[in-house]
Amino acid sequence: MKYIMRFNQIFAAVSLIAVSGSAYSQIDITNVVVVPGNTKPIYISMSGFTGEAVQVLRFDLYVQGFAFTNAAAAQYLLSGSNNGNLEGRVTDPHNKTTLVSKVYSGAALRRQAHAFADDFVQALGRKPIAQTKIAFKGESGRSGEIYIADFDGYGSQAVTKDNTIVAAPCWVPGHMALYYVSYRLNNADIFYHNLSSGDRKAFARYGGSNISPAVSPDGSKVAMILSKDGWTDLYVCNSDGSGLKRLTKSPQDESSPCWSPDGKWICYASKDKERRALSKISPAGGEPQRIPTSGVLSPTEPDWSPDGKLIAFTSQGAGFTICVVPATGGTATPLVAGEDPSWAPNSRTLAYGRRQGGHYALSLLDVPTKQYKDVSRIPGISSQSQPSWAK
Amino acid sequence: MKLTKFANLLVIGLVLAVAASGCKKKPVGVTQLPNPYTKNPTDKGSAAPLTDNGGRTTLPTGPITTDVSHPPVNPIVNPIVNPIVNPTGTPSNSPDTHAGWPEDRSILKADTVYFDFDSSAVKASEKPKVAAVADYLKANAATAVKIEGNCDERGTEEYNRSLGERRALAVREELIRLGIDATRVDTTSFGKDKPEDPGHDEAAWKKNRRDDFVVLTPPAK
Repeated sequence: MKYIMRFNQIFAAVSLIAVSGSAYSQIDITNVVVVPGNTKPIYISMSGFTGEAVQVLRFDLYVQGFAFTNAAAAQYLLSGSNNGNLEGRVTDPHNKTTLVSKVYSGAALRRQAHAFADDFVQALGRKPIAQTKIAFKGESGRSGEIYIADFDGYGSQAVTKDNTIVAAPCWVPGHMALYYVSYRLNNADIFYHNLSSGDRKAFARYGGSNISPAVSPDGSKVAMILSKDGWTDLYVCNSDGSGLKRLTKSPQDESSPCWSPDGKWICYASKDKERRALSKISPAGGEPQRIPTSGVLSPTEPDWSPDGKLIAFTSQGAGFTICVVPATGGTATPLVAGEDPSWAPNSRTLAYGRRQGGHYALSLLDVPTKQYKDVSRIPGISSQSQPSWAK
Repeated sequence: MKLTKFANLLVIGLVLAVAASGCKKKPVGVTQLPNPYTKNPTDKGSAAPLTDNGGRTTLPTGPITTDVSHPPVNPIVNPIVNPIVNPTGTPSNSPDTHAGWPEDRSILKADTVYFDFDSSAVKASEKPKVAAVADYLKANAATAVKIEGNCDERGTEEYNRSLGERRALAVREELIRLGIDATRVDTTSFGKDKPEDPGHDEAAWKKNRRDDFVVLTPPAK
């Protein structure tokens, strides 16, 4: 008996050493089971920052699933100052660790604050998004242009000046280049636009309509919806336009293709036995497979998360709802009113459009917590929609 | 006995050691950031020919607005899902077939064909108008026609762009069935971008679910 008791005490001591050896990751945020729409935010407090730094940090962290509270109740304390360069520190008061301690210099205050927000989430093992970009359609009256902006809507720039109808911008992964639909040539055509050089060309200008371009994750292929053969069908070709392959032959509608992150599947909105559904097909062709989305009506506009786990989409029932479903199919989770989701590189934040009467506002949604916030609006533009998040 | 006491002291000692090590601070770092927007597109001037550059404008940024109002809900009950309507698909004409042909939207304006919600089926009540378009094309052998498919706002953007095209294709098939050469009929879709009536009720929506006919005449030589 005595021997066992002593052993237990020594064992406890040894265990404590083993655990404490990794004290910095004792609460491992990334391994917490995250339930879409039903996960509590991580509570943080912030002090010492002023003005625009506060605004940037609040926005950046809210749409990544953090919520603000007082220091006593916070899991992480953000502190610092921004008289001149931004100084930022993040501490974990319970484990008594410092996650971030930096001074930022060499850019505008917004950029410094975004960089601090990025350093914080990276210290938790997440992918940063505060210095990423989105593309979208901006409309005033009947015509629209393609815009790019910071993920929070700031620094927006029109990349077209055609005074025509545009739609569906899609980034080339890892490049400053877009595909989009423009009616500049009096028809729905898909253009490729190199944003660095300004060069652009008509990429898909077949007879009928050429719509909904989607670039594969490795940039080598483009999926799209064409009606050149008499029906609106799913096609895929190489990024130089060669090797056009028809993937569906169905008089029913296909729309909104997107790629799995491993490039093995194209997911799209389809009609299956006269019910609207999500389907997937190999870019090499073959039989499409249905992706069940039980619990919600009429799925459309799918987007596959970069980590491969979830497909976000628009459900059209009584109104439009952003939903997610496991990528293998299953029960869908409705999240918020909205349309046309696009995943951030962190696989948890979505950019999407919120309907307001006849127009749209762009908004960002944190899928686990359902926290959402509109991005900054462009003055003079009545509607901003169809976001694509650069990855 | 002594061994137990020693084990207890060992535990306490280790706890203290752990607590002390946990308070180590990381060194302060200085991060130099590059100038922002080094990769932004440079302005290449105002709108230029399509095959060269796209023109660009720089817009001022605005304040963040937080709008938590909810959009009006347009109830969509029992969405009608339609049977297969186009047993065959006739290949579309190449885009340059009628490039530069002057357009006339007034000649066949009265023959605009209307559709049911979420449907591209040409209703029996609409077929006489398609027949009238066919008659016009037969009487004016040099002309061509572009069918523009449109949708009401109760659909997502890309779904509606696809549906509008199917509406145009459906009427094209009907014209071909009536004896019009496929090379004389082009299609395009505007999704929900060009409503006839901007209202938000069924009276407006039914006017927007339509195919418009644009007569194309060969350019004068």
